[in-house]
Amino acid sequence: MFMCMFLKCLEFGGHVCTNWRNLLVEHIMQHGSSSSSKFMGTICGFLRKCLFKALSAGPIPSHIAFIMDGNRRYAKRRNLAEGDGHRAGFSSLMTILGCCYDLGIQHTTVYAFSIDNFKRRPDEVQCLMDLMVEKIEELLKTGSVLDQYGIRISFIGNLKLLNENVQIAAEKAMKATASNNKAVLLICVAYTSRDEIVHAIERSCEQKLDEANAFAGNEEIKVMTGQLDELEVPTSPSNCGVKRVKEVEMKNGNFKHVEQGSHQEKSDDIEKKHKYPFIKLVDIEKNMYMAVAPDPDIVIRSSGETRLSNFLLWQTAYCPLYTPEALWPDMGLWHLVWAVLSFQRSYSYLQKKKKRL
Amino acid sequence: MLSLRAPLPSEHLDTLGRRPSVAAPAGARARGPCSSFVSSARLGRSFAAATDVAPREGEWELGGLPAGLRRDAMPRHVAVIMDGNARWARRRGLPTAAGHEAGVRSLRELIGLCCEWGIGVLTVFAFSSDNWVRPKAEIELLMGLFERVIKMELEKFMREGVKICLIGDSLKLPKSLQKLFADAEEMTRSNSRFQLIVAVSYSGKHDIVQACKTIARKVKDGHLELEDISERMIEQELETSCSEFPCPDLLIRTSGELRLSNFMLWQLAYAELFFAPALWPDFGKAELIEALLSYQQRQRRYGARVS
Repeated sequence: MFMCMFLKCLEFGGHVCTNWRNLLVEHIMQHGSSSSSKFMGTICGFLRKCLFKALSAGPIPSHIAFIMDGNRRYAKRRNLAEGDGHRAGFSSLMTILGCCYDLGIQHTTVYAFSIDNFKRRPDEVQCLMDLMVEKIEELLKTGSVLDQYGIRISFIGNLKLLNENVQIAAEKAMKATASNNKAVLLICVAYTSRDEIVHAIERSCEQKLDEANAFAGNEEIKVMTGQLDELEVPTSPSNCGVKRVKEVEMKNGNFKHVEQGSHQEKSDDIEKKHKYPFIKLVDIEKNMYMAVAPDPDIVIRSSGETRLSNFLLWQTAYCPLYTPEALWPDMGLWHLVWAVLSFQRSYSYLQKKKKRL
Repeated sequence: MLSLRAPLPSEHLDTLGRRPSVAAPAGARARGPCSSFVSSARLGRSFAAATDVAPREGEWELGGLPAGLRRDAMPRHVAVIMDGNARWARRRGLPTAAGHEAGVRSLRELIGLCCEWGIGVLTVFAFSSDNWVRPKAEIELLMGLFERVIKMELEKFMREGVKICLIGDSLKLPKSLQKLFADAEEMTRSNSRFQLIVAVSYSGKHDIVQACKTIARKVKDGHLELEDISERMIEQELETSCSEFPCPDLLIRTSGELRLSNFMLWQLAYAELFFAPALWPDFGKAELIEALLSYQQRQRRYGARVS
């Protein structure tokens, strides 16, 4: 009961503080950075530091992933152009990133643009691509948040689907920040989790095919030199079919089976018995785009929608999903604090579960 | 749907752990410290073992929907993570077995409601591959419970046109249970009115890995090129390819936990997620209505824009 009331107060506090922040920004824009504004800023900064200090007494997540939903709805509610909603979303992102890194959260992942988003109107897609290039350039300027926190950027996704200028800007950003090592920002662009899994499977198959060809080549040599009387090779398409052969002939680079055996074994058992290379879970994991970071501890989706929308399906298998009602441009410090508190509440239970697995 | 998206603390519930029901019988009130929060919709539920309680009488005929639900917007495939049996039993000072038995009653009720309300496929997460670390006694109890329930319900499934499918690593199950599932799948193969997919010893990651292995063998044997590997191909090799609608539209997880726990990771890419605070044995008609109402109010955009 108490926790629920506290969380309600926190969410209300979040709305109030967001309004205060907006009022402060408006005030500064109208009156310039007057002494009263500076004083308010100092007070807010001090309170924030105290809050983070208190939170740091408990476990802090090492990786938070964000689904930044609600920019367009934000613009529509305020009668702004669609592009302004995305710009407001970018400002919110900078605020959230600052909070994350001040709190000591080392990895942050954001779902900036899904492969599914290419289905949107061409002018909106172009606007988003242009905004991406503009903001990447801004981030690379001296004094930006990347410099301030020593952030290394990685762009995650099927980058070949992006316009060439976006690809170039992304490459530039990754190169420029490659030596930063204090924190990591992963930006998922032209990304879906299923596409990532397909890519990982392709790469895993390619690697195992090379290993298998090398393996088969070695075994063939053993057969031909008399070290092996016969060769057992798993066949497809069934999961449990094996043919036993007495001779091996090379024809067009393939093995030809000249005699069929009478018993069957599961292909996996044959593979394991002969140390035949076969795909394992670790092979797929190491070929994921997201293999560069640990799995997220929390996923936060703004705007109240409770679905993953093809984001980090593999990596969030055991990860809690929080879905505050706030639209992405309205997200701020308090939503992050609420998520971290919820994480801390279930931390010991989840750690116990992890140890048992 | 909770605005905070956080589970309600258990102290909000009565000593029987029930939540407010949409259609509470008049005059019935729960006892306990938080009675104002709770109706007594299911106070009459006994703690008898599933084998001692007769299944619901009556046919699972397609019937009218509760007020507020639209038939054209019903999900085709609902998946459920049935979480909370042990906690339910613990709160009542009962053995874990009683929690699982009570969970069976909830499942039975859910199957009946899905049939009546026109939901075509129901997938239930009965036992995860991660659950093998549980105490041996509990595992044996669960395996025994699965066997009893299948034997008890098979005749009704045949009568009601329910097709049962098992997904998961069945090799780890007791031989008798493997055979029972295989026989049940065979007997109900041609049923087409409703499909019940039971995930036992199931892992979403393992499901993807086994699909990958099958595809890899096809590539190795020259039946497939690397470039031909596609999302559709992977989906066809997943264990859920036993269904015409392999991807759930709605996932319900009970007991307030806000995660997927390695369940149908690929298949849930676009599913609407509903996290119900009720423990699984307390999940009934009212809670299902709430989940379906929430589902029907959502706008599913699949990454595009809806004008």
